[in-house]
Amino acid sequence: MQHSVIHSDKKSFEPRIRGSKKMLKQGLQSVALATLFLTPFSAYAERIFVSNEKDNTISVIDAQSLEVIETIEVGRRPRAMAFSSDGSELFVAVGDDEAIDMIDLETLKVVRSQSSGEDPEVIRTDPNKPYIYVSNEDDNIVSVLDYEKRTHVDQIPVGVEPEGLGISPDGKWLIATTETSNMAHIIDAEKREAVYHRLVGARPRHAEFTPDGKEAWVSAEIAATVSVIDMQESFDVEHTIRFDVPGVPRETVQAVGITMTSDGRYAFVALGPSNRVAVIDQQSYEVLDYILVGQRVWHLALSADESRLYTTNGVSGDVTVIDVDGLEAIKSVPVGRFPWGVVVEP
Amino acid sequence: MSLLPYLHCMSGVVGRELLRFVHQRSRFVAALVRPLVWLFVFAAGFRMALGVAMTEPYQTYILYEVYIVPGLVGMIQLFNGMQSSLSMVYDREMGSMRVLLVSPFPRWFLLVCKLLAGTFVSIVQVYVFLLIAYIYGIQAPLLGYVLVLPALIVTGFMVGALGLLLSTFVRQLENFAGIMNFVIFPMFFLSSALYPLWRIREGSYLIYQIAALNPFTYAVEMIRFALYEQLNIEAVLITLAATCVLLGLAILGYNPARGMSARKGGAGE
Repeated sequence: MQHSVIHSDKKSFEPRIRGSKKMLKQGLQSVALATLFLTPFSAYAERIFVSNEKDNTISVIDAQSLEVIETIEVGRRPRAMAFSSDGSELFVAVGDDEAIDMIDLETLKVVRSQSSGEDPEVIRTDPNKPYIYVSNEDDNIVSVLDYEKRTHVDQIPVGVEPEGLGISPDGKWLIATTETSNMAHIIDAEKREAVYHRLVGARPRHAEFTPDGKEAWVSAEIAATVSVIDMQESFDVEHTIRFDVPGVPRETVQAVGITMTSDGRYAFVALGPSNRVAVIDQQSYEVLDYILVGQRVWHLALSADESRLYTTNGVSGDVTVIDVDGLEAIKSVPVGRFPWGVVVEP
Repeated sequence: MSLLPYLHCMSGVVGRELLRFVHQRSRFVAALVRPLVWLFVFAAGFRMALGVAMTEPYQTYILYEVYIVPGLVGMIQLFNGMQSSLSMVYDREMGSMRVLLVSPFPRWFLLVCKLLAGTFVSIVQVYVFLLIAYIYGIQAPLLGYVLVLPALIVTGFMVGALGLLLSTFVRQLENFAGIMNFVIFPMFFLSSALYPLWRIREGSYLIYQIAALNPFTYAVEMIRFALYEQLNIEAVLITLAATCVLLGLAILGYNPARGMSARKGGAGE
């Protein structure tokens, strides 16, 4: 269901005491990594797309060389991105142009643009229908666009200043977070109506469903928390994950982007100006580690095989690549100014 | 003279230094405590200091405690080199070095043996320190721990040669303490051991220029790059050149006919 993902999670690393077992494991991983790099046909034959909010461009990174191979000019203030369901196009929310730019993935050119309503920030694509859901921050609505017919399907009223959007793997549920109301609005996608409203942490930024669709995780920037919502019975917040990065001022810890591995092992949460990505056990909700990345880490994406996590670092203008098995940052790749979102080609 | 006596002499000098090191456990502990205090206490307070920029040869962002490790490796070798020179002053005064220096072996050979012995001891200390750092979580690529060995040998020779050169100016241990303060600490602090050159430059251009002229800076960078599987050719060449110059001057200094010891009236006085 990666086609509907706007940004994915990663994790960060920070030196700490590890046992000899870990040392052996890392040694074997080094050998495995070296083998991979030496293999002519790499497992990383994919492209990573990064939206540069201040440059009005999309950087395309080759996952094998980890170098920017193309820079695509788009509209003003590009932020969230999502792929069409057939994987042939990349949609980019260009906030200051109030539109969704659509990039042909063959030619890497903007081939068309669709009006989106005011200030689109986050977008998601429906796994079953040719719909794009758009959070219109200034209008307090979620717009529903049909990207095949190029029509405006509907508007769903939510709370004040909607931002984060999450869609369940089966496409049944949509969650919109509103940063002034501090709420997660659970929308029945079929009825296109918000049916539950749940209070979460201050300034919720992002919503992400677990791969099995049983939970939705909502990050809160100011509260520095992730609220875990049960999506089967109660539709209530069942658990709250808190972050405390050692040696880092509390106010710089701001939970933003979330992504999860499909095997139910890890969840990764970008912690903004603390320059860390939190690694969380998806089952126990325990924070396992904090990985150091670039400045003001905002959104995350996993590679197709989930062996790597990519993070956008807004202030330092780069993307940090994290080895998921080793939970270690391995490289940072400079991109444009203020990279915001990141997606990996399906 | 055949090669065998030379090897015998070399093994004797190196063995003596190793024995001395093994028997002086407090010296071993002290040599490790110093960098470990810097790592666990000093670096812990500044761990966020470098999280805001990338510095070669690192491929991504690092904590300060990761940055400081190669500098502390250099510190171990610097102090060990000086300590080895300190032992030269002691040996000379107590007579054991006088015995060595009047042997039929050329003095340059004896001095190189002495350097080799000191370097070997410092490398043992460095690897113990790197192992502790690894367990603490500061982990370089595994191959880096092999690649750093040549860099450690060159650095050991460079700081050892500097120590030998200084020892030719010193007639008593009391004088040597002053040179420690005026040589070791400036050499360490005015280098890239604690902060990258770009950051020093932001603070003071003058100190940056001094640090850029300090051969210890290049030794630390050579170690840093090698530990992360990279070759910094500039650092290697400058460190090698400094080693040759310092070793040449030290050999000259120990020449009884032309050296400083002759001016002072003999090495054994």
